[in-house]
Amino acid sequence: MKFVTAIIKPFKLDEVREALSAIGVSGITVTEVKGFGRQKGHTELYRGAEYVVDFLPKVKLEVAVKADLVDQVIEAVSKAAQTGKIGDGKLFVWDLEQVVRIRTGETGDVAL
Amino acid sequence: MNRIVASLLLFFGLGCAGLAAAENMAPAAVEAVAAVAEVAAPVAAPVPDKGDTTWMLISTLLVILMTIPGLALFYGGLVRAKNMLSVLTQVMAIFCMISILWAVYGYSLAFGDGGSLNWMIGDLNKLFLAGITADSTAATFSDGVVIPEFTFVAFQLTFAAITVALIVGGLAERVKFSALMIFGALWFTFSYLPIAHMVWATGGYLFEQGDLDFAGGTVVHINAGIAALVGAIMLGKRIGLGRDAMPPHSLPMTMIGASLLWVGWFGFNAGSNLEATGGAALAFINTILATAAAGMSWMLAEWILRGKPSMLGVASGVVAGLVAITPAAGLVGPMGGIVLGAISGVVCLWGVSGLKKALGYDDSLDVFGIHGLGGIIGAIGTGIFVSPALGGVGVDGYSMGGQVVTQATGVVITILWSGVVSFVLFKLIDMVMGLRVSEEEEREGLDTATHGERAYNL
Repeated sequence: MKFVTAIIKPFKLDEVREALSAIGVSGITVTEVKGFGRQKGHTELYRGAEYVVDFLPKVKLEVAVKADLVDQVIEAVSKAAQTGKIGDGKLFVWDLEQVVRIRTGETGDVAL
Repeated sequence: MNRIVASLLLFFGLGCAGLAAAENMAPAAVEAVAAVAEVAAPVAAPVPDKGDTTWMLISTLLVILMTIPGLALFYGGLVRAKNMLSVLTQVMAIFCMISILWAVYGYSLAFGDGGSLNWMIGDLNKLFLAGITADSTAATFSDGVVIPEFTFVAFQLTFAAITVALIVGGLAERVKFSALMIFGALWFTFSYLPIAHMVWATGGYLFEQGDLDFAGGTVVHINAGIAALVGAIMLGKRIGLGRDAMPPHSLPMTMIGASLLWVGWFGFNAGSNLEATGGAALAFINTILATAAAGMSWMLAEWILRGKPSMLGVASGVVAGLVAITPAAGLVGPMGGIVLGAISGVVCLWGVSGLKKALGYDDSLDVFGIHGLGGIIGAIGTGIFVSPALGGVGVDGYSMGGQVVTQATGVVITILWSGVVSFVLFKLIDMVMGLRVSEEEEREGLDTATHGERAYNL
């Protein structure tokens, strides 16, 4: 099993969700986050005071899938979230040791 | 606990002393009224016009709206979310406190006849509003035209209250609430009342000099602006200033506040005409035009110099324009008003950015940059644009040079008076109880640390 963490532009969330549904991903966890990578922040000016805002709003998406689905997930997210401009985000892929469905106690692939 | 008891005792003591004084004064007041009645007997005493009375009551309401919630929201939106309620509390509590003090002794000291001290201060004949009834009248600017005295008392009360509330902006996010309230009461007594008397009361030094201050450029704005500046310097900077980001927590609140200030200011300026006449209409149109010009000039200057026209810029410009037109409202022509407003927008932008940075004080919400500087521009500008040649209404024996010197005298006296009184009071209060909250409380935010509540439970 694999665990994919994707950081994307907030307005791309719907497209990414649709792309993931299309390849059979049945559950996603989404968090509003802030951060920066190569895309720099912007400055805000209030009367005389200038603030540099380093952290930009992004959406963090977490998906757990069977190992054989992971390449499709990577492709779907990359394609749907891409604008070609700096700040499109990143994907992190992890090995996933165990999954438990709390309601039934099922574990492993069937719990996904 | 001890402090609370002490405060209560002080309050009670003041009350007793005042009551005693009121009893002593009462016969004198009756005699005075009788004397006036004898003199007035041949000619029927003037009766207040219902239109004037209505206009002044509405104006009074409008000025209340300026303070609560106008000024409170304007300031509140500019602080961080953790200090929102502290600012709202400070403004509202000051409004309440000054209202009471105005009735107890403020009105009498501001507008009474102080005899040998009349150049500076009034008397105590109307302590606790002694002798004033629903039939009492106050003079206006026209001979034989009066308004009910209670209307005048209430109208002037709102000016005193907003002036003290304005100071909050210079001390915001770090001042100790109890220290602020005590400062407010003492500063009202030793700075607001004498300046108001000197500028507005018959026999007052600046009034007799011919100093023009239609609605309170010196009395309200320079006076409060200087107190806020002195306070900001003596309190010191907020922790983390220049290192931590301290952006305003809600500019929509600030926009609502600025708009309520503008609407309320029609009562402040046009109401200061004291009658519902063409003079009020002139002050009214000036309060639209000068304000609009200042909003535009601040915004355009910011756009050119910084690249973006900001909401806070327009709103700040609007307030700067309102301040600048205050002393001039009923005295300059509409075009003079526009020029005055446009100048104030640009100069006040410099005041809150260039000047503030150069001098390094932390006037949190720019009371000096906007009210102090705007008030000075307005006071001096009144001397220029009152000129009939520039569309103003003119005054007897007018010469531009002479009037500007008179106006400048008013400005300097107000700056010195308010500056010295503020310095002494802040120093004394700092020695007795401390002006600032602890570092821990400041980091936590005054809402929970001082008031035990938070503005937003989302």
